[in-house]
Amino acid sequence: MLSLDLFANAVAAGILLGGFYAAVAIGLAVSFGQLDIVNIAHPAFIVAGSYIAWALNRHLGLDPVLIGLLASPLFFLAGALVYRVYYAAFERTGQESLSGLAFFFGLMFVIEVVLILAYGVDYRLVTADYIGRSIRFADIELPLRLLVPFAVALALTGGIWLYLGRTFTGRAILAVAQDRLALQLMGADPVRVKQLAFGLAIATAAVAGALLVVIGPVEPSLGRAYIGRAFAIVVLGGMGSIGGMFIAALMLGVVESLVATFVGPSWSPAVSFGVLLLTLAIRPSGLYGRK
Amino acid sequence: MRGHAFWISLGAILAAGLALPLALHNDYYFNALYVILQGAIMAVAWNILGGYTGYVNFGSAAFFAVGAYTSIALGKAFGPSLPLPLMIAAAALVCGLIGLSLGYLTLRLKGVYFSIATLAMAIVFETLINNWSYVGGARGAYILTPDSHLWFDSYIEMLFVLMLLLTLAAVAISRALNASRLGRGLAAIRDDEVAAECAGVPTLRLKLASAAIMGALMGVAGAPYPYFVTFVDPASAFSLFVAVNAIAMPMIGGTAHWIGPIVGALLVGTMQQVITVTVSSELNVLLVGGMLILFVTLAPQGLVGLALKFRARRAR
Repeated sequence: MLSLDLFANAVAAGILLGGFYAAVAIGLAVSFGQLDIVNIAHPAFIVAGSYIAWALNRHLGLDPVLIGLLASPLFFLAGALVYRVYYAAFERTGQESLSGLAFFFGLMFVIEVVLILAYGVDYRLVTADYIGRSIRFADIELPLRLLVPFAVALALTGGIWLYLGRTFTGRAILAVAQDRLALQLMGADPVRVKQLAFGLAIATAAVAGALLVVIGPVEPSLGRAYIGRAFAIVVLGGMGSIGGMFIAALMLGVVESLVATFVGPSWSPAVSFGVLLLTLAIRPSGLYGRK
Repeated sequence: MRGHAFWISLGAILAAGLALPLALHNDYYFNALYVILQGAIMAVAWNILGGYTGYVNFGSAAFFAVGAYTSIALGKAFGPSLPLPLMIAAAALVCGLIGLSLGYLTLRLKGVYFSIATLAMAIVFETLINNWSYVGGARGAYILTPDSHLWFDSYIEMLFVLMLLLTLAAVAISRALNASRLGRGLAAIRDDEVAAECAGVPTLRLKLASAAIMGALMGVAGAPYPYFVTFVDPASAFSLFVAVNAIAMPMIGGTAHWIGPIVGALLVGTMQQVITVTVSSELNVLLVGGMLILFVTLAPQGLVGLALKFRARRAR
């Protein structure tokens, strides 16, 4: 039975969810889309961010989103460090394809297991006064636990987009993606630019993690479900394009929400991967790809 | 290793494996050996694509689980009296076809996309099995082990010998591939795919062949698994641990030579068994991840590479 009401609610929830997916994928759009670093550990960093938000929220009662913002400099440093290791061990020797992938896979695994050892496999959730409330708009119900992450994600994506397009260092990041040698000839150090960009990518994971734990309870292996989503969004969005990434994120959110409503929630994990496989098979350059 | 020496040592290992039930009577040892051998087959299989061509498969657990679920489905359809070798052959066929079609979809793209697609495939298959109530769905399935176990004292002893036979077969296949014309083509792909293509190496066909063989061998490793654990649910069959082991063992042992994954699997597998018993199973999970990171950053050629380097230095 297809009711219009149900359909409208599913689409609205999907758009909100899609906005949050953009926050999940933005870091990967920078590290994978711009820098060609296949950081499959990105969702693991996001879950680590969720646990920081959860721990500080429980002990200090701080707002989770605020914690995410406060933790992002820490994540920036961690990201810069990871890039240093990655550069020294793989990029410099041209071994990023095999060993580099295995490195991030191992990193993802280690983050997950450390979280399990530290906090166990129970679901953790945060408290904030907007969680549990919702606003109504005609017949459409908009829960604040989705609306707040949507707004933050929108600000985050917009901020990164402005930073990359309008500032000097942001443009240097875009330049290193396009032509590393040319950037070097202009007197900039591509390794330092990439280190900055990768740090920035990981810093967004702190905020995305806080949003993740606002949306729903979190457990250590949750990151795996987001690997496919994040990569599907970045690939579908056309790798480097932030705007394309955002539209792809909204599309994926809506499709997932419709599948969850009309087919069954147990099928929704396969949606993103189905989208990813189809994109790779039919149009690997994505929606807004250059070629 | 020369041809004769290789086959003689395979025969010796098989003879030792057949004699082992006479010497050991504690089922625990056979359980532990089974797990180690299962890891060895997975590692050897992973290396046929990952090590020989440089295409990283993150979805090993999916091939393994599909192999296991092929046995479960066949057991449900035809009863538990269906002989195990038949189920293994069916699993090899199914997983080989999956490897082939996944390769056909993604092996023409950059290697990175293949890796991501394998991750994707693992989740798609897990969702399918979760929703397929015939094989138990998300709740899992209980499997009755058959009463007969040939001339062995217990079922697990028979499974162990079977697994040993499969491992030796996988090693023989892997070695044959490494040394053959096909293996040289694969090595050319790993070193420089464009150059290989230009030199007339049929790169796509070779990659598809190795993806199919890899899938088939992983299915073979998974097929007896339901009879080993007697209860299978999607969460345990698709466990990330299977996938991590399949990557970590060849990377630690060394990917370029056929013996690398075996060295890695025996070392890591034995260590895991010891640590699981003496300390805890969580710690050994962490240890594998840590060792994987350490080896890929500091010794990308693995133990075999280190040994070769050491020998070369001594010879000078």
